[in-house]
Amino acid sequence: MSLLTVGLFVGFGLLIGTLFGFFGMGGSFLVTPALLVLGYPANVAVGTGLAFVFGTSVIGALRHRNHGQIDYTLAALMTVAMTAGIEVGKRTVFLLDALGAADAVISTAYVGLLAVVGLFTLRDARRDTDAGGLDLADRVQAVELWPMVSLRGGSRVSAWVIAVVGVAIGVLSGLLGVGGGFLLMPAMMYGLGVPAAVAVGTDILQITISGAFGAFVYAREGAVALPVAGALLAGSGLGARIGAGATSLVDEGDIKGYFAAMLLAGSLAVAAKYLSTPLGVPALETVSIVLVFGAALFVSAAVVLSAVCALRTGGTGHWCRVVGSGG
Amino acid sequence: MIELLGIEAIGNVVRAASTVGAVLAEALVLYVAYGLLTRVAEPVVRETIEGV
Repeated sequence: MSLLTVGLFVGFGLLIGTLFGFFGMGGSFLVTPALLVLGYPANVAVGTGLAFVFGTSVIGALRHRNHGQIDYTLAALMTVAMTAGIEVGKRTVFLLDALGAADAVISTAYVGLLAVVGLFTLRDARRDTDAGGLDLADRVQAVELWPMVSLRGGSRVSAWVIAVVGVAIGVLSGLLGVGGGFLLMPAMMYGLGVPAAVAVGTDILQITISGAFGAFVYAREGAVALPVAGALLAGSGLGARIGAGATSLVDEGDIKGYFAAMLLAGSLAVAAKYLSTPLGVPALETVSIVLVFGAALFVSAAVVLSAVCALRTGGTGHWCRVVGSGG
Repeated sequence: MIELLGIEAIGNVVRAASTVGAVLAEALVLYVAYGLLTRVAEPVVRETIEGV
């Protein structure tokens, strides 16, 4: 790996770390598609994405532990369920790889998932209501299947419900190489009724554990590019602190629209990359790279600029007005 | 042959554990190093931005 490539990965890690620190999710969501776009084999892209997520979430979990924002019982139950799910997901990836269908299935699943979550976030940013989520939590807590577990924030949920949610998220995590934060966070907040701050802390601890296990099983097969994960982590460690610092200055709702746009751009990037060969249009690969890196750069810049505007008294400059209209 | 496969399997586990250990070690070093850097640089950066 050349020095320029290392520099690019560190820079990309810085952008992703800023997003992870600010939104509490979005780590491997961009790393795995980026590595796919750069031509890494699907299993190496997934394995390296998991190793990177593990390292980044270690740093995040240490910060949340200091603030008492972790539900250890919920994290332990989710760990067991997600571990089983990740093993299933990983076996599926290697089976698909042997059948020569891994790239097609993973790329298609990514396109669909990024598009769905992106559209959901966009709708949430426009409506800004969680009434439906509260209904769901009430219905989930009404399932009284022994044993019941008391969670921080006062809710009581059946351990079986937690197990089913954990296995489902684990399968997706192992299949796509994502930490699962973008699914765990809404599942814990809207599904299990856990307070937002505790959901973020527990989510990051959970991602740390599942990321470690995921990285281990992929590394056992030689499918982790350690220099790539290391370079990304060097950038994301600093970015995570910048993003976390920005949370005390900027309202997440103001930036949600940008985040949704980033997810949709990621979806288009993977689709463009996948279609470039069958359609015989190599330019689509360039479009794909520009979309992935451009979206991460754009949203990170919006986060940092919003924080700078919040610090400066007034914050009425041209760029502050532009960035303020994105939520 | 079985012995060779056994050694290979152990080698894979050791390699995987080393990979996870290396990522963990880097994360802990970065947590401490960037923590110190933030503590030193944050007041200066805030002051500079607020003063602009």
